[in-house]
Amino acid sequence: MITRFYRFLFLCCGLFPSFANAQLNIVITQGVDNPVPIAVVPFEWEGFGLLSEDIDKVISNNLRNTGEFAPIDPANMLSQPNEQDEVYFRDWRFLGSDFLLVGKISRNENSQLIQVQYEFFDVLREERLFGEVITGNESQLRDIAHKISDLVFEEVTGVRGAFSTKILYVTEDQTRQFPYRLEMSDTDGGRPRILWEGEEPIMSPSWSPDGSQIAYVSFETGRSQIFIQNISSGVREQLTNFTGINSSPVFSPDGNRLAMVSSKDGNPDIYLMDLRTREVQRITNHFAIDTEPSWTPDGNSLIFTSERSNTPQIYQVNLETRWEERLTFEGNYNARARMLSDGNNMIIVHRFDNNDDFHISVLNLERGTIRILTETALDESPSIAPNASMVIYASKSGNRGILNAVSIDGRVKFRLPSAQGNVREPAWSPFLD
Amino acid sequence: MQNNKFYKLGMVAVFTLVLAACQSSTDDMGDSGMDDMDNGSMSSGNNTGGGNASGVGDNMGGLTPAQIRERDEALATTVFYFEFDRSDLSAEARQALVYHANRLMENSSLRYRLEGHADERGTREYNLALGERRAQAIERYLQVQGVSSNQLEVISYGEEQPVDPGTSEAAYARNRRVEIH
Repeated sequence: MITRFYRFLFLCCGLFPSFANAQLNIVITQGVDNPVPIAVVPFEWEGFGLLSEDIDKVISNNLRNTGEFAPIDPANMLSQPNEQDEVYFRDWRFLGSDFLLVGKISRNENSQLIQVQYEFFDVLREERLFGEVITGNESQLRDIAHKISDLVFEEVTGVRGAFSTKILYVTEDQTRQFPYRLEMSDTDGGRPRILWEGEEPIMSPSWSPDGSQIAYVSFETGRSQIFIQNISSGVREQLTNFTGINSSPVFSPDGNRLAMVSSKDGNPDIYLMDLRTREVQRITNHFAIDTEPSWTPDGNSLIFTSERSNTPQIYQVNLETRWEERLTFEGNYNARARMLSDGNNMIIVHRFDNNDDFHISVLNLERGTIRILTETALDESPSIAPNASMVIYASKSGNRGILNAVSIDGRVKFRLPSAQGNVREPAWSPFLD
Repeated sequence: MQNNKFYKLGMVAVFTLVLAACQSSTDDMGDSGMDDMDNGSMSSGNNTGGGNASGVGDNMGGLTPAQIRERDEALATTVFYFEFDRSDLSAEARQALVYHANRLMENSSLRYRLEGHADERGTREYNLALGERRAQAIERYLQVQGVSSNQLEVISYGEEQPVDPGTSEAAYARNRRVEIH
């Protein structure tokens, strides 16, 4: 009976091939020295049958994976309350837990909707901090878990949680019929979904600022061209049809323009495309390689990689005055810069002099200092979480491409290995609500 | 310095051969239709291509067996390698490309797709640009020899299609390449 049920599930999955089967699984490798002890009590399920997700496990893993929290093992809990009346703070003080999350799940009597009730407590002050009832359907259990995680994270750390966001990444597995895939998953690797797949390489995925659209490079026409795709409708359009390289698309902060690279006029330069008119305007004009544009937070300038001084370095161009300025001077390879929202710190791929390794680093523009965040040899494609807490990036483990993440203060690290093939070019979404 | 002198001598020798080969093809107008067809049908099958081309030239060009072998080997060379972060052509590459140029000039219907690649070190977008520059280096060299630009197409795959997934210097060297297709 059970096997038949699983076979049925399997068939269903076959009918909906947009769900990827090889998901990434998060593994925390380094946390902060004194993580906040927190108790996430298993949520009671008051309905029949099994739920597809353990909300409390998702929440507890989310918090643990930030490296900032140390969730208490449910096996060690003296009691397992599900609402305020059942909470005895001394039990939690005894376990050394600073915070407590309890809840229960029930099925709405008149519909198939699920109700999740939760409450969050400060154990030391013996105070209920907040709580609510969230209604949704069963397929949204993970979304609800992420939302609760966001609120708990923000309450304790003062930083908005990014658990409800998504990551885009490219996978390559030459044993598949379509070796190249663009996939999207939760930030813990859960619920992977294929957005595009093909026989030719896919590169440089990026998000529109409202999270509704993505732009990326596909070689399906025989050369690199830029495509735009609506995530929910799947509607897809080829934006460029020039000869040469067309690549590195990045949406402007207002979402109306796309910074990009084209070598249609001979060698790679930075261009802007107006997404309403599709008109393309040249921004840089230099015989050296200019590539990897991205926006300053105010949208007035682009930063980009250029090898006009012989080695790749970061430059900035003001879009109004066209004034160009070099920003990096230390190291023989500085590339693919992404500016933090403070406008003063940039995440770059950096190689210092007399060294072979490429590391994700933070450049402070005011002081001119570079802080190296990673230690593996081939680190690239850094993408910043919308709450500026973590940077996700691609690296290599043996001969395989994997994803890693590191906090911007360097204290927390986790990995997102895939079971098979190569994973690369992660792009962290903006906040999606 | 010595290398340079040797290289110049080599180039003189190569150009002499090219002239000889050109001579043979212009002398051979009667067969050129067939020649075009043969080459047009196998734009990427270079070993056989070299064989056919030499079949025509052998009688007319007065090439020695050694010269024929050199030309066939040059035409069989369809992958060219580069140093890290560089796009300059080696002397051997230039020598082989002269034969390729000659073949392209003899067969105006023949087209080359020059696919540039990079090793995985450095960022992907920068490597895409580097792959293009390498393919353009070959394109330019062929054009200088007299090949028409509409016979050449440059594509870059950057580091997206390595032939060797390894992380050794030898693997990287194999991946820094331009392939003629």
